[in-house]
Amino acid sequence: MNQPASAYFIEERHDPNETHTLSVLVQNEPGVLARVIGLFSGRGYNIESLTVSETESQKHLSRITIVTTGTPMVIEQIKHQLDRMIPVYRVVDMTQTKRSIERELAMVKVRGQGEHRVEALRLADAFRARVIDATTESFVFEITGNTDKINQFIDLMRPLGLVEVSRTGVAAIGRGPEGM
Amino acid sequence: MSDKSHDPNQMTGAAMIVRALIDHGVTDIFGYPGGAVLPIYDEIFQQSEVQHILVRHEQGAGHAAEGYARSTGKPGVALVTSGPGATNMVTPLTDALMDSIPLVCISGQVPTHLIGNDAFQECDTVGITRPCTKHNWLVRDVNDLAKVLHEAFYVATTGRPGPVLVDVPKDVQFATGTYHPPRKSDVHRSYAPRVKGDATQIRKAVSLLANAKRPVIYSGGGVINSGPEATKLLRELVEVTGFPITSTLMGLGAYPASGKSWLGMLGMHGTYEANMTMHDCDVMLCVGARFDDRITGRVDAFSPNSKKIHIDIDPSSINKNIRVDVPIIGDCGNILGDILQVFKAEAKKPDIKAWWQQIAQWRARNSLYYKKSNDIILPQHAIQSLFEATRGRDTYITTEVGQHQMWAAQFFGFEEPHRWMTSGGLGTMGYGLPAAVGVQVAHPDSLVIDIAGDASVQMTMQEMSTAVQYELPIKIFILNNQYMGMVRQWQQLLHGNRLSHSYSEALPDFVKLAEAYGGVGIQVHKPGDLDGAIQEMISVKRPVLFDCRVAALENCFPMIPSGKAHNEMLLPEQANDEATAKAFAGGKALV
Repeated sequence: MNQPASAYFIEERHDPNETHTLSVLVQNEPGVLARVIGLFSGRGYNIESLTVSETESQKHLSRITIVTTGTPMVIEQIKHQLDRMIPVYRVVDMTQTKRSIERELAMVKVRGQGEHRVEALRLADAFRARVIDATTESFVFEITGNTDKINQFIDLMRPLGLVEVSRTGVAAIGRGPEGM
Repeated sequence: MSDKSHDPNQMTGAAMIVRALIDHGVTDIFGYPGGAVLPIYDEIFQQSEVQHILVRHEQGAGHAAEGYARSTGKPGVALVTSGPGATNMVTPLTDALMDSIPLVCISGQVPTHLIGNDAFQECDTVGITRPCTKHNWLVRDVNDLAKVLHEAFYVATTGRPGPVLVDVPKDVQFATGTYHPPRKSDVHRSYAPRVKGDATQIRKAVSLLANAKRPVIYSGGGVINSGPEATKLLRELVEVTGFPITSTLMGLGAYPASGKSWLGMLGMHGTYEANMTMHDCDVMLCVGARFDDRITGRVDAFSPNSKKIHIDIDPSSINKNIRVDVPIIGDCGNILGDILQVFKAEAKKPDIKAWWQQIAQWRARNSLYYKKSNDIILPQHAIQSLFEATRGRDTYITTEVGQHQMWAAQFFGFEEPHRWMTSGGLGTMGYGLPAAVGVQVAHPDSLVIDIAGDASVQMTMQEMSTAVQYELPIKIFILNNQYMGMVRQWQQLLHGNRLSHSYSEALPDFVKLAEAYGGVGIQVHKPGDLDGAIQEMISVKRPVLFDCRVAALENCFPMIPSGKAHNEMLLPEQANDEATAKAFAGGKALV
């Protein structure tokens, strides 16, 4: 590799990327989400999916679920960088525990008539998607599942008249009786 | 309710700020007034426990507070107004974050009801400073102010120290609320830095150290941040093990430069022996340093055959740049104590005579060699003369950033911690002069010298006025080569000697400038006059600008060229023969 004239050593790294789901328990206070997102943009980490909501209102705790990709070294860094933020209580790598359930909810709008309409309903039934809005020429389906299942359902709806999709992003929780 | 007016803890937000400073033992703060902090300035006016130093630019307040903090081990405090006052603090806050300096910045903000309205001198201070502080707060309710101020001091000074900022809207400064003294519950429950190292990891570390054939200790600024006990324990560990020790720029002084195990600084402009020892070692003990890119050189060729032990209080420093074998998270003083205890109980001093013989051969290369001249002052010679003249005195050194900074690190020997204030991580030109102001405020009777370059020093030159106002006899020792020397050095080595905008065409007359400020100006051209001029500088009890005219085209060696490993250093003699001579051909005429 040619080293350009630089005060820095410019290095290409070829470690394979991994995808990890992180659960982050934070104090719900002004700016906390900006801190977390700013960390990712400032240090050049990826966000594939981000889900945030207050989960324990008395204690002002929010749970952030982040799906991110990076080399194993970068994933380690992300966890440590998150963990050292003042309002962060805990960071758990749900992918590493191998004992987590991940779900996402999507609302999928499909427009069509005749055979397409019937086919869309049939597939929705197979995917256990519910109809939550209907007109004579459209449906809105609600579907819950892991990311792959939702992607697959959306792909199937595309030729049947897919109009738009709204997704919540991934929420994750550990299996078994223990909390995070 | 009627009792409340007699409650001594009922006070305005502005009064709470001054009260909190006093409760945290703050005696000196650095600041600049403005519309959004006038209530606080009014409180400062009416008391005498906290001395306020008026700077000439908010950046100066930040660096002065950094110098104060670095030389005392106490947090530095800066007070600035909203908008431009706050944005001018961004550089010192980032500087303090990179170098782990405890800094508490209090900024004024427009009144709460105007936030978000693009009011006069409004900016999103917490938004702007979020990535350049360890933590920051916007206080919207006066009854939260005491808690936030106490937490701010706690966060700044514990764990890995760093800068914090508290943004206080003007209406909150005016409002009356309840103050309380510092208490434990002021701090986020989620913030609990680890102090004690894991015992199993410590045993693993001792076992590696005890069986080392070619060990090295690589220490950093964390040892100094940890406090005097850590320095003492580091010195004891070197004594007990007999291991060679090198240090980062930030760690100079933790082990004395006159110590027999000292290898000199490591890294891009470190000594040959330090870098070769790092490259060839079999066990590396990294204490409170972070494997920065100026230290490692090429990462995939960094110390390829060693087992690495890394002590750091910040878990995110572990495995960030370099994979280590035995990470130990915690305070380095605490962990060094544990390592020593286990080592003394269970291990013997390893026999590393052969290793020391190897190191002696590297040392013999004399990598800091330079050729003295009788006609022109070499910058290295100027630093050595300054060092000799200040030996045995109570001296503090600050620097700007560039060649002079590296020469200072190479040629000024530091015997004690907290004596060396430099912008290591961020590399902030203009740091040294205001930092010297801060150091002199903390140590009024000591000799405080800013080793400067002619380009850097002009970035914050206005703080000479502060030094004169408060009778702070700082000495600004300018190695004047009429270039941005380090920029030029890179242009010579890497950009075909095209010296794009690195020449200082129109330098001020530093002697007249010093006089214009009410200070003293000294200029010296000849090597023979140098020692006398330095003595004169030291004996003057006023701020001095010392214009030391040095060889204009001297470059800083040894050097690890970019993209190279520790064992591929460019030594002075090689540099003179090929690279430098070639680079100089066709360059600007000697000035």
